[in-house]
Amino acid sequence: MRNSDLAISARAVKKSYGSTQALIGIDLDLHHGECLALLGPNGAGKTTTTEIFEGYRKRDSGQVSVLGVDPSHGDLQWRSRLGVVLQSAHDLGELKVSEAVAHFGSYFRDPAPTSKLIESVGLIEKADSRVRSLSGGQRRRLDVALGLVGNPELLFLDEPTTGFDPEARRQFWELIESLKARGVTILLTTHYLDEAELLADRVAVIAGGIVVADKSPASMRAETLRTATVSWQESGETKSVETNNPTQTVLELMARFDQEIPGLSITRPTLEDVYLQLVGSHYLGVK
Amino acid sequence: MKFALNIGFSRIAIELKQLLRDREATFWTLAFPIVLMVIFGSVFRNQTLGTLEITFSQYFVAGMIASGMLYTSFQNLAISIPQERDEGALKRLQGLPMPKTSYFIGKIGLVFVTFVGQTIVLIITGILFFGIDLPTEPSAWWRFTWISLLGLVSCTLLGIAFSSVPKSGKGASAVATPIVLVLQFTSGVFFFFGDLPSWMQNFASLFPLKWLTQGMRSVFLPPEAAVLEIAGSFESARTAQVLLLWLVIAAVLATVTFRWNRRGEN
Repeated sequence: MRNSDLAISARAVKKSYGSTQALIGIDLDLHHGECLALLGPNGAGKTTTTEIFEGYRKRDSGQVSVLGVDPSHGDLQWRSRLGVVLQSAHDLGELKVSEAVAHFGSYFRDPAPTSKLIESVGLIEKADSRVRSLSGGQRRRLDVALGLVGNPELLFLDEPTTGFDPEARRQFWELIESLKARGVTILLTTHYLDEAELLADRVAVIAGGIVVADKSPASMRAETLRTATVSWQESGETKSVETNNPTQTVLELMARFDQEIPGLSITRPTLEDVYLQLVGSHYLGVK
Repeated sequence: MKFALNIGFSRIAIELKQLLRDREATFWTLAFPIVLMVIFGSVFRNQTLGTLEITFSQYFVAGMIASGMLYTSFQNLAISIPQERDEGALKRLQGLPMPKTSYFIGKIGLVFVTFVGQTIVLIITGILFFGIDLPTEPSAWWRFTWISLLGLVSCTLLGIAFSSVPKSGKGASAVATPIVLVLQFTSGVFFFFGDLPSWMQNFASLFPLKWLTQGMRSVFLPPEAAVLEIAGSFESARTAQVLLLWLVIAAVLATVTFRWNRRGEN
């Protein structure tokens, strides 16, 4: 529990809202300097889990340590080491971007320099614009700037790129990569598997209030290679076979058709398929 | 403590900036009491109180300045804090290393500046249209100062405490506005206090507004108007006691009940 390598350590964390059990028992570790992506369907317990880590919500039972401190007793000193980017905020509309960043920076002993920070999130042209005039993606980047203003050791990002256009997402990913390079520990909640695969060192999938998978993106990717679906056209209909040895299947088909196999295709499951299977099998298991 | 104060001052600046840039909100904050003052003041212009040369208009101006205190503090915060909660502004603050006290200081500063602005406009209107005389003795201004200070701080803290009552920003106005209206009707703002039934007078005496209106009358009406009061005097000492008591109650309530998140979200 008191492992100093861990930025976050959670054991058997439970939380209920009335008669609804939101978290059945969460076990999760996050090492210093690591980026962990938290995936899971809506209502699976992702937000409850992160908000317990952030000190926003109280757990019913279990043990949690965030930067060596129990978040339900975190003081201001502890807070100043965290950066929190929440899901949806639409405040600060009347302030200029630079004013908002400078103001929140004043809460910290050693804040990031305002203009450098604004530049790093790609808002330098908007520094003197009112916050309410920003687009959705620009607002999100301001939120990230405000999460980073205190040079946090640990950054929480809750669905940071929802509603971004592809260009904005790419820029945002570069920003996160640069934070990782600086050694910032990141807990990223997201719905996008490509984002998780690209940014995260480890992916944890939460479903039904427990962690159903905790592995590297590469090992999730490897699972996509375990099986393949071979399909072709025969007597006017599409036939398909799921197999671990697609080459063997194709060889057999070649022998049968003696010429070009009509409509032949070999497909591998996508990362999304692997994810959906993880989530789906959990819910089937519950039933 | 120094840290809390520094951030508190920084919050006053940012709160004011946000209010003043919202032109519509600023305009109506200043204009609404004036509209009320002009309507009521004009209706009762020729109605004098007792045998004195004091019109109900003058009586009403004092009441409106006291009401302005309740508008800018209690009503304003009881409505705007739940809205901030809905916008996610409070959740953002909760995640920052900011003492709760700094947030309160920011609100108190915001309320002070708004009140001063509103009162200046109200006094000018009162002088120009309703024959109000500005007091000349320093003692009256001293009274004005301490009554305003006590009243504003306690009603600000009450507004912060009350902000936990409405479930959402949408419903906040519907919950807070009637309270202010009822207090105005029973505390001698819209009606001459001496004409009210005694149970209503007793009810109003439990709350700050009755004492604030009475206190403002002691500032803006001539000394002989004291005979119009139930007690036959403006009861300065009593006013100070009641307001101090409310200040303590409000400080405790605000600290204990204030919440960053909406109810059920913890």
